[in-house]
Amino acid sequence: MNINSESQFDAIIIGGGATGAGTARDCAMRGLKVLLVERSDFASGATGRNHGLLHSGARYAVTDHESASECIKENMILRRVARHCVEENDGLFITLPEDDLAYQAKFVESCRAAGINADIIDPAEAKRMEPSVNPTLIGAVRVPDGSVDPFRLTTANVIDAKIHGAVVLTHHEVVGFIIEQNRMTGVKLYDYGTKQTKEYRSKLVINAAGIWGHHIAELAGVKVNMFPAKGALMVFGHRVNNMVINRCRKPANADILVPGDTICVIGTTSSRVPFEECDNMYVTREEVDLLLKEGEKLAPALASTRILRAYAGVRPLVASDSDPSGRSISRGIVLLDHETRDGLAGFITITGGKLMTYRLMAEWAADLACKKLGVNEKCRTADVPLPGSREEDKAPSKKVYDMSATATKAAEGRHGFMTEKIKAESLSDKAVVCECEEVSVAEVDYAINDLHVDNLVNLRRRTRVGMGTCQGELCACRAAGRLAKASKCAQRAQDDLTHFLNERWKGMYPVAWGHTLSEIQFTSWIYEGVYGLSASDNK
Amino acid sequence: MIKDTFNISDNNFEQCLKCTVCTVYCPVAAVKPEYPGPKQSGPDGERLRLKNPDFYDEALKYCLNCKRCEVACPHDVKIGDIIQAARIKYSKKKPGLREMMLANTDIMGQMATTFSPVVNLSLGLKPVKAVLDGVMKIDGHRTFPKYASQKFESWFKKTAQASQAQYKNRVSFFHGCYINYNYPQLGKDFVKAMTAVGYGVQLLEKEKCCGVALISNGLIDQAKKQAELNIHSIRRSVAEAGIPVVGASSTCVFTMRDEYPHLLGVDNADVRDGINLATRFLYSLVDSGKVRLAFRDDYKLHLAYHTACHMEKMGWAIYSISALRLIPGVKLTVLDSQCCGIAGTYGFKKENYPTSQAIGDSLFKKIEALAPDYVVTDCETCKWQIEMSTSVPVKHPISIIADALDVEKTIELNRR
Repeated sequence: MNINSESQFDAIIIGGGATGAGTARDCAMRGLKVLLVERSDFASGATGRNHGLLHSGARYAVTDHESASECIKENMILRRVARHCVEENDGLFITLPEDDLAYQAKFVESCRAAGINADIIDPAEAKRMEPSVNPTLIGAVRVPDGSVDPFRLTTANVIDAKIHGAVVLTHHEVVGFIIEQNRMTGVKLYDYGTKQTKEYRSKLVINAAGIWGHHIAELAGVKVNMFPAKGALMVFGHRVNNMVINRCRKPANADILVPGDTICVIGTTSSRVPFEECDNMYVTREEVDLLLKEGEKLAPALASTRILRAYAGVRPLVASDSDPSGRSISRGIVLLDHETRDGLAGFITITGGKLMTYRLMAEWAADLACKKLGVNEKCRTADVPLPGSREEDKAPSKKVYDMSATATKAAEGRHGFMTEKIKAESLSDKAVVCECEEVSVAEVDYAINDLHVDNLVNLRRRTRVGMGTCQGELCACRAAGRLAKASKCAQRAQDDLTHFLNERWKGMYPVAWGHTLSEIQFTSWIYEGVYGLSASDNK
Repeated sequence: MIKDTFNISDNNFEQCLKCTVCTVYCPVAAVKPEYPGPKQSGPDGERLRLKNPDFYDEALKYCLNCKRCEVACPHDVKIGDIIQAARIKYSKKKPGLREMMLANTDIMGQMATTFSPVVNLSLGLKPVKAVLDGVMKIDGHRTFPKYASQKFESWFKKTAQASQAQYKNRVSFFHGCYINYNYPQLGKDFVKAMTAVGYGVQLLEKEKCCGVALISNGLIDQAKKQAELNIHSIRRSVAEAGIPVVGASSTCVFTMRDEYPHLLGVDNADVRDGINLATRFLYSLVDSGKVRLAFRDDYKLHLAYHTACHMEKMGWAIYSISALRLIPGVKLTVLDSQCCGIAGTYGFKKENYPTSQAIGDSLFKKIEALAPDYVVTDCETCKWQIEMSTSVPVKHPISIIADALDVEKTIELNRR
């Protein structure tokens, strides 16, 4: 085994989701020497598998006051510091004839108690504001919900962590820990690229691996009692609604419809799943039926709207330490100091919580890390905007980026002020790779060079390549061409292409009827019939 | 957001499978890289515009509205309609004086026919052309079609109307602006052909320009008013009197049948089948044995038929071709169906002139190489384009039939 002799880190953070990336940024901004490790790609777990809802907190107002007030505070912070990741759409909580209108008063009162602006509006006014809403509604409340792009948010945190000196390793999996005299002093990382294991030394290790943190803790010899809760969601081909639509009732299945970028998402379901399923989740027919049945009640147009795909994420539910049976589950933030809890120094777990509170979770974890390391620096992440949302990233005068109005606008939506880093100099740089989402060659190359892109799935999370109506039919081979050019290995790009198409198919399979089925059949003609790829090429 | 008032089926763009055959068939995309092509401008763009109307790209103005994308689409996506509707809904460019002048064929025609010698002369003068080119941005290569000294309507009322009562069959003739103000001869040819087979011709109660130029120049409110007036008149004829409406111009007929409901929200479902094209109407009568035609023995010509875009869209070129093939002395070459590049007022605009000529280039070369006596087409603006760009004169199939007809014999045949 190699020992990484380069350096000793102050903190190694495990997990490239929003929480891990946010923790890495926060620690790095406070002057710590940080290593962020991710076994796959940023936002590849629960971070990238949810609604992308910028919760106002209203959903939790009645049942969980603490979560609700955390949400609204973070909501307002993200609008400031992550402008380019957020869409300020506002949201409606609608009451349907089958719901109890009396709940509305309690709901509004609870929202206000948590600091959430909640205004009862006339159903007719709600229909005017959001024409797609179920016209039979009998009540509506307007709240400051919005949309947040988890991929952009995570990437922006990673970029800023790097700007502050953090080292970032993707496709590196923790396979063991170095523990000396009840103190964790490093991690053993398996590099999927070189297929080698290396040791990395550090004063502290922070476990921010979401549901996989259960397994990480086990590797370290401590027990964190987690329960994987699967949530299935479905993506529609275009925006049906422009405001978030929720049901004004106790939180239940499939009662949130969120518009985000070019699409809208209905979800979620909630069911316990075994740990073995966390790495490979499938959406069942029953879940699809449920999502459609309930979704239509929010916006009837969903019944006739093309469905792009279905996917599922795993919520890390944590049993409170006082009740290892798991009956009393906390949905709030859980910060565990394993030194005081288990007698293992140098190891911290940050888990529970939700995408909305990732920054607060990071703040708590970084506060504890700084305390342990004797660093006296305050958290600044609530005030300092992320890269992409910072005015100073705007290029002073020279316009280096010159593409069609549509592609430029789409890129600005994805990268905010970082768009200035995309250089389209030649005619071929301006060519479009992904037509559905208007991603240019220049943007793809920027992502490959600057945003930790090793494969098509990484590229999709950074640029939306392959996320549109055709689900990779036209863009996948073009993007694979750019990756082949960068890696100078055509075979690798070809294998990656097959893998990517199978990954797209996995999401389309549960909803493969109508136009979605025609689309995938056409894709199969192109890739299997014309290009001669076959499913068995996939490793 | 106010619910869409245009009758594009809400989710029609979702039928797009991204096969891109529309862009392959787009005449503009082939010659103008600034135009994103029908797939990106239509179904792809619509999705982005639903996200944010700011995604509207002014490059959509390069769309000719030829609808060849819709003909090519295997999945029945109304691509051209989606693009036109987006222009109507999102374009921030307001129509200027040039657009008003080009689009208001009625007003311009009314004024110009009154002073036709002066207008024809001055529109042809170099200084006037220089002003049109430099100030109005109407390309100097273009010559406006000459205005007639007597409108078709005036001629008809004075000369032909009274004698129509003798025929027991009737058609209402939608003459359109071109016949009325510029080329009454085609209207006279139509009357000649129809009366020869025993069909009396009448005018509509009221007729306004079909509005195609208003739509393409962004004057939607006015287009809608004119559409409503025309459909009212057509309804009086078709629905109330049971008399079909026939037009000679493929574009006018296409506009009234399809663009009225699709782009202007003017419902014509009850009378749409009663709006017909002259060649189709006449050929159907011949084909079903209701009338017979006799032609002159001395009529010997080589003709080349050009399929106008809206003929392609309606799928009706076959009627004009079949009608021409009835004439024994005609050697007919059917040109490959392609856009000539003019697209109504599109090619008149200075910024579109090079695109317009590049689109038609291969067509012009084929025509020159073939050197027929006439090119024949159902569209008047194709006529202007081909006459300007080649040395071959262009005629309407109805004029060819009227010329070739042995009128005495035809009348005799249909009397029995």
